[in-house]
Amino acid sequence: MRDILKALVEIVGERGVSNTPEELWFYSRDPGVLTPHLPDYVVAPRTTEEVQKIVLLANREKIPVVPMGNGMSLTGLVIPLKGGIVLDMKRMNKILEVNAMARYAVVEGGTSQGVLKAYLQEHHPQLRHSIPDAPPTTTIAANAALHGQGRLTQQYGFNSEMVTGLEVVLPTGEICLIGSPSLGPYWFSRGPTMPDLSALFLGWLGTTGIITKIGMRLYPNKKIRDVELFVTDRVDLIPHILYKLTHLEILEDVNVWFQPKPLVFKGNYHITLYFTGDTEEEITFKRRMIWDTLQEYMDSKDGGFMSVQYMKDMLMEMPQRGIADFADVPKGGGFEYSGPITIIEHFPQYAAKVVELAAKYDVLYASSARLISGGHCMMFSISFAFNRNDPAMMTRVKHALDEATAFALEMGGIPWKPNFMEQKMTMEKMDPNALKLLQMIKKNLDPQGIMNPGNWEVNP
Amino acid sequence: MTYVRTIEHADIVHRCFRCGYCKFPSDYVDFNCPSYKAFGWDTYSPGGRMWLIRAWLNDEIKSSPHFAEILYSCVACDNCKTQCVFPKFKDFIPDIFQEAKAELVNEGRIPPEVRDYFKAIAVNGNPYKLPQSERGKWAEGTGLQPYVNQEYLFYAGCVGSYDEVGQKMARSVGKLLVDAGVSVGILGSEEACDGSEVKILGEMGLFTKLAQENIEQFKGKGVKKIITLDPHALNAFKKDYPKLGGKFKVFHYTEILAGLIKNKKIILSAYPMKITYHDPCYLGRHNQIYGPPREILKAIPGVEFLEMHRNSLNAFCCGGGGGNFFTDILGTGEDSAGRVRIREAMETGARIIAVACPTCAKMLSDAVKAEGLEDKLEILGIAEIMERARTK
Repeated sequence: MRDILKALVEIVGERGVSNTPEELWFYSRDPGVLTPHLPDYVVAPRTTEEVQKIVLLANREKIPVVPMGNGMSLTGLVIPLKGGIVLDMKRMNKILEVNAMARYAVVEGGTSQGVLKAYLQEHHPQLRHSIPDAPPTTTIAANAALHGQGRLTQQYGFNSEMVTGLEVVLPTGEICLIGSPSLGPYWFSRGPTMPDLSALFLGWLGTTGIITKIGMRLYPNKKIRDVELFVTDRVDLIPHILYKLTHLEILEDVNVWFQPKPLVFKGNYHITLYFTGDTEEEITFKRRMIWDTLQEYMDSKDGGFMSVQYMKDMLMEMPQRGIADFADVPKGGGFEYSGPITIIEHFPQYAAKVVELAAKYDVLYASSARLISGGHCMMFSISFAFNRNDPAMMTRVKHALDEATAFALEMGGIPWKPNFMEQKMTMEKMDPNALKLLQMIKKNLDPQGIMNPGNWEVNP
Repeated sequence: MTYVRTIEHADIVHRCFRCGYCKFPSDYVDFNCPSYKAFGWDTYSPGGRMWLIRAWLNDEIKSSPHFAEILYSCVACDNCKTQCVFPKFKDFIPDIFQEAKAELVNEGRIPPEVRDYFKAIAVNGNPYKLPQSERGKWAEGTGLQPYVNQEYLFYAGCVGSYDEVGQKMARSVGKLLVDAGVSVGILGSEEACDGSEVKILGEMGLFTKLAQENIEQFKGKGVKKIITLDPHALNAFKKDYPKLGGKFKVFHYTEILAGLIKNKKIILSAYPMKITYHDPCYLGRHNQIYGPPREILKAIPGVEFLEMHRNSLNAFCCGGGGGNFFTDILGTGEDSAGRVRIREAMETGARIIAVACPTCAKMLSDAVKAEGLEDKLEILGIAEIMERARTK
């Protein structure tokens, strides 16, 4: 053990490695409900070469390596289930390039969403990236690696679809460039027209390599951004409303949310509609289009637009700071959600399930669905808050989430950022040959099984 | 022996979600928590501290030198309190850190640098271990008189009284007040430590003693209004002393000087210079005094006033708060707060960083040297800049 610590210190210096009880305790857990597990070391590299040396050492010594961004997946994806090294990537936080004309940015693997947002705002105000509503400390690479979503997901798909190139340290230590950067200096394509090798690293939750650089698409940042809030108490109408709205092809982002607290929101389904433009005329036109599309529901008295004035600032924030506040509703510092990806026509069934689970397990819920790629699917979040000082409540939340995942799988959905148990449930349901392919890829890329072990493990 | 730990706000500690908003300023441009910026582990962030304190209270981790370093590297800059997204408990976050340090003091498990600081204050009455008789020497030649029922007491504090950089600041303020005809006096060798850093470092008994003695002395001399050089003292006099029966009208010197300029009691002539301003945490975030220092600088003819990207509520600390000025637990590495702040000031193109706190002045002066920028950047107190504008 002492030799490994010494070797790690040689790679990253004394301030880049820790095995003190304080760091080990902290990096053994995330803010969700899963049981912690202690790592043996926490290591914070500053360069790709340091990451490579750490991986080579880990390979030689057969030590697990768990790459970590900000650790906010809430589903335990950075809990070192088999000990080893937690690799805190946040010191690799440089913005390396913005190609304004080709609209992409290249950043290091630990760069946070907030830092990129601020950088673009200051240096390229005409550009933006698809920022998620997760806290700004969350990292761009981790978000893409777990198929995260963001403010532009309704228009352009999962954030992982916006990747334009990767630099990855493979589990065997090779540094590998993926996409157009493998051929030249430009980071404009992650694969096409070649085979898309980025798929070997996106969605694998750090089990196939460590992303040390990532290229991401940027998009026009329109001068004006606005929001409307449509409310209905008829859950059965939601899929139709969403279908009609996405037909417009003018919406930046669409979220459907419902929650029992505060009481003013109880019993209704709220559709937050974001749209952008470069002129007031464009905004007025788009607003008119939205209103016209939903006129029939107003005529039938099934819904209407709600004034957003008193909460407009909150709705317009990117990321929305108020989302984290859900954790404090039971005065307890925690919430966790299951966020299956599913088709929009299943919204009513999922909505019913949330309410049913909250009642069954006596926990507080909030739910928000975000449309993906113009309504091809949605991420339906089933969120339960808990009090961290109440272990029984945390257990109830865990059971409720397990049941939510089982329900999602029954409904043909796909769990998003599944924890290791949900991954098992998913693999059990997966087509056997697809599972075999998954296993084959994993085994070939990571022959020693050192990368985030316990995750996407076919034969643990 | 099992030690049962408790802190006043123990019932809140578990409510931190560790989302990390507290690490940033409001626009997320860079990490704004000096200890997280310097050490880079999540344990050194406000959320990390909250979670570790909870684990420590629950006996999941033990008191240790490393745990003490994590707590004592906090600079008490209040950025976390400002940025936290949980309105129901955010105001208590700095209190929790201070209470945990106080509990470490009770256990006797504090870093040697902190112990030495307490010892120097208890024995010598100042952290420099210099004689009390020398405390008022800085005022020689300023025209300041001993306090005898004047309208204001000018309180210089330990740094203003003993540190060379602080003394220069105190002298400039003193001269300006005298020249403007303000009715003001000083305590000189009778002045005692205000105890602000003692409190933030967790020695509550010593702090109470210092505060009570000061209150008694102020009352005994009939002090009603106090002008402070040091925002840390201002904060203690305004927020802590009233709880112990010491109610005074307290002003920072920039508030008084700004008023004197407005009332034409001080006339400034041209001083063509590019100047930026560094907000002291205890003046800005702790006491919401952002305007007067800027009003003064903008009132100097020829001054081009340039804001740093992080300013006012979002200003980045110099790294000297929370007693770190004396204990130096934060260190002087490349990512130390002072050096980061100097690099940020350089981006503005300014030649002078104006400061309104002797601790900031010293921290940033040292950081300028560490960055090798002595020929490009000067650190000056607001009153020192005013003096230049009066003599040119």
